[in-house]
Amino acid sequence: MAGTEDRFAVGTALPAASFPITRKDLVRYAGASGDFNDIHWNGRFALEVGLPDVIAHGMCTMAVAGRVVTDWAGDPGAVEEYYVRFSKPVVVPDDGVGALIEVTGKVVKELDERRVQVDLTVLSAGQKVLGKASAVVRRS
Amino acid sequence: MALDQSFVGRTYPPTPAYEVAREKIREFAEAIGDPHPAYRDPEAAKELGYPDVIAPPTFPIVISMPAADQVVYDPALGLDWTRVVHGDQRFTHERPMRPGDRVRATVVVESIKSFAGNDMITLVTEMSTEEGELISTARALLVARAENAAEEG
Repeated sequence: MAGTEDRFAVGTALPAASFPITRKDLVRYAGASGDFNDIHWNGRFALEVGLPDVIAHGMCTMAVAGRVVTDWAGDPGAVEEYYVRFSKPVVVPDDGVGALIEVTGKVVKELDERRVQVDLTVLSAGQKVLGKASAVVRRS
Repeated sequence: MALDQSFVGRTYPPTPAYEVAREKIREFAEAIGDPHPAYRDPEAAKELGYPDVIAPPTFPIVISMPAADQVVYDPALGLDWTRVVHGDQRFTHERPMRPGDRVRATVVVESIKSFAGNDMITLVTEMSTEEGELISTARALLVARAENAAEEG
């Protein structure tokens, strides 16, 4: 149907979204992923190694930002490729509020008849935290 | 110190099979705050054309990261793992992972570079079923930061 075609047209903006991340989310992600690196939950350790505070797992930020693509695609299995560069850490203070990850996206290229490329802009505290974030999505 | 270039092209032995489980997928989806029904409800996944629930696109990190640790902690390579940060990450999926997949990961060292005292190592991890069906490939850049750069963020 025509509406489906329009959804994947080059230039289409994906619905933007913001995702709060708290210390509790980092503990939960550590458990689910198996990444228990101290810099993601231990403030004392983070300061010792020169970080401003506990930082989110890059992979957690990647996963959360990817929700903008999977929600838009409707079918999470339509994401055939997903790339990010970890450009700045997401600092998550222990203040009951945490950090906010703000994601916008756009269809930038038609790769072939079946697939499009989506580029994401991912910010936290006004800084670009993921660079060159992009996904290849299969048209449904 | 620059890493040994002879590690480029080296393949590590496949990891023991990791069996993907429905509840692990649900746990991962909860952890990333994603309520999508395809991660939880087999019927919702079937409506999208899958035989069972599917895993989120970054779920394979659960399998590829421990596999990459073989390289990171390989004493012969001499990488200072205390200085290692994740530079970038790519996943290429042949299909989504799903419950019952018994997945083995094979890691290859794709490249080793040194720049301004930083050691940069790119690892490619292929994740295949025990039957040999390739499901996902993870490509990661790991950076061991120069010792004198430890204070810079």
